[in-house]
Amino acid sequence: MSGIPHDHYEPTSKGEKWLHRRLPIVGLIYDTIMIPTPKNLNWMWIWGIVLMFCLILQIVTGIVLAMHYTPHVDNAFASVEHIMRNVNGGDMLRYTHQNGAMLFFFAVYLHMARSMYYGSYKAPREITWVIGMLIYLLMMATAFMGYVLPWGQMSFWGATVITGLFGAIPGIGEPLQTWILGGPAVDNAALNRFFSLHYLLPFITLGLVIVHIWAFHTTGNNNPTGVEVRRGSKEEAEKDTLPFWPYFVIKDLFALAVILALFWAVVAFAPNFLGHTDNYIEADPLVTPPEIVPEWYFLPFYAILRAFTSDVWIVIAVNWLSFGIIDATFFGVLAMFGAIFVWALLPWLDTSQVRSGRYRPMFKIWFWIFVANFVVLTWVGAMPAEGIYTTISLIGTTYWFAYFLVILPLLGVLEKPTTPPDSIEQDFNETVKAQSKTGSTGGPAPEQVPAE
Amino acid sequence: MTANGKDIRMTLRNLTLAAVAAAAIALPAGMAEATKVKGEVTNFDFSFQGPFGTYDRNQLQRGLQVYHEACSACHGLEYVAFRTLSDRGGPELPEDQMRAFADMYEVWDPEERDWRPAEANDHFPESQFEGAPDLSLMTKARAGFSGPYGLGINQMMKGIGGPEYVASFLLGYTGEDDFQAGALFYENKAYGGWVSMAPVLFDDMIEYADGTPATEEQMALDVAAFLTWTAEPHQNRRKSAGFVGVIFLGVLGSLLYLSNKQLWAPVKRKAKKS
Repeated sequence: MSGIPHDHYEPTSKGEKWLHRRLPIVGLIYDTIMIPTPKNLNWMWIWGIVLMFCLILQIVTGIVLAMHYTPHVDNAFASVEHIMRNVNGGDMLRYTHQNGAMLFFFAVYLHMARSMYYGSYKAPREITWVIGMLIYLLMMATAFMGYVLPWGQMSFWGATVITGLFGAIPGIGEPLQTWILGGPAVDNAALNRFFSLHYLLPFITLGLVIVHIWAFHTTGNNNPTGVEVRRGSKEEAEKDTLPFWPYFVIKDLFALAVILALFWAVVAFAPNFLGHTDNYIEADPLVTPPEIVPEWYFLPFYAILRAFTSDVWIVIAVNWLSFGIIDATFFGVLAMFGAIFVWALLPWLDTSQVRSGRYRPMFKIWFWIFVANFVVLTWVGAMPAEGIYTTISLIGTTYWFAYFLVILPLLGVLEKPTTPPDSIEQDFNETVKAQSKTGSTGGPAPEQVPAE
Repeated sequence: MTANGKDIRMTLRNLTLAAVAAAAIALPAGMAEATKVKGEVTNFDFSFQGPFGTYDRNQLQRGLQVYHEACSACHGLEYVAFRTLSDRGGPELPEDQMRAFADMYEVWDPEERDWRPAEANDHFPESQFEGAPDLSLMTKARAGFSGPYGLGINQMMKGIGGPEYVASFLLGYTGEDDFQAGALFYENKAYGGWVSMAPVLFDDMIEYADGTPATEEQMALDVAAFLTWTAEPHQNRRKSAGFVGVIFLGVLGSLLYLSNKQLWAPVKRKAKKS
């Protein structure tokens, strides 16, 4: 499968040969699991496994939860309480599913940050990146619809606000919103279809995950240097790589165990810490909660959505140029979807010839500002849209678009990158040597006595 | 209702919802916070706080008594089944006492189409009074502590503050009342404003079965603890599952760490020599 030369599966026994002639499935598994992987991958390369685990965890817990859940406006809230009280281990199951969604997003953001820093999205891995963005979009849709299912106050009003985004589209907005909801407002029809789609989308995600893995198995993994594996011969490739099994499987499983220990502590000791108290009140279409806030993983986009009020000059200009068709609300919707769209275009917006951010002194600074800006947008998304907070949102949103549309294209021209190492092997050897010098003694490094 | 009337109603509802949706997107300034409490909430100590905290059975039984005598006239507990009063990690009433307790409540039987005394498998009745919210989930539906500046540090240090809010609310009456729009309202510090519920707790108004002096604060804390159990009946079990899981994953993680180190040792030795 991979372009990197390596050993392939050879059936030896009669039975193996019989099966291999008919269905080369063992060969497929062997090649997938033994893929040559750059030796020098650091701890930021563990998130893929964590994400795979999250998807399976959500599917398994979700299927069991669906056995006990009732997608009807009269019974949904009570059926969730039934799960929490009467189903054996139901409270753990639900809290795991609820917090599992948060772990999923936490991991995906770190996974994307790693890709952005080390340039994993650059040629020839654009397809991997774009499929990853599609997976991320599906995750957002799935998480949003799943949040509606408990039919609490925040479920109902969150659904009303988010489907209202479609209603903000000029002309077709209102019929579109009605079509999505299956009625004039969020009601039983909407709850039913959200349940149906919430069950379906994870399996489409799973399909895309397989394509995502297929894509990067074809190109090979990126690595912290961004230098490609040498592919001249098998011997050469083996100097740069190690097989995925067992070297990276064990490493990833160790990381997964550490993360799951933390995750389990949250599930067992503070399962509602990251949730909203409003969702323990049953949905009531007649009572609007004064503060409608999405889950934390949507907050940066919520901040972008709300950043554009009608007194911002660009909104006024666009409103005037479009003869009033694009108002502040629709502008916010466009900005929110645009923010995700420019993110997906990353491979074509970054013009630098050097892949890894490690060798790009100017890029590093802008990247860390981007990360800080992401955190600020998350925070400001949870604050009321008033006073200083809208200004902060607007500055954060401006930076978001500037980063993708101005800074990254220009950096490729303006920046003088440093020289990456010649090979992965060289980087790996140097890193190991540096670690053994500083790490092993723990004390100050022994005095270097030059040889006479 | 005629089809036409229904249409008009639907259109109106549609319009209201659209307006509300638009308002929510813009989130106009100066709105109060809903379940985030703006009044003064005292950070009481409860036995069930922290990873090691468990419910105090005697306190839950006293809280049940307070609920029964002071709250149940108006407030329901619609998600709580009487049988769960005997469950482990709850008030743990003996089976016969639990049945006798259930017998004091009346529930609607849809098959008999009549009211009858409640049995073990029945739930507590719903709220009897229009304005009184159901209390089953009250301690999970209020955030007594929040902020500062949306950073969640207070929740992290003190907990979300549901039980603390309930106790503070019951103790928070200032004694001021006011006649507004044909109804009497009472000032409450914990709520941070005027509420329609009258103060209900007074020293020695009930006689605890276990002889504990029934001070106002004692009753408020007991019923807050009981309502925490109604909202989260399996908390004790959940926390012990937490310890089992964390210890298991800790051991597994250590073994994987050592395996990983062992596995990479020859590769790293070779790299060092190069």
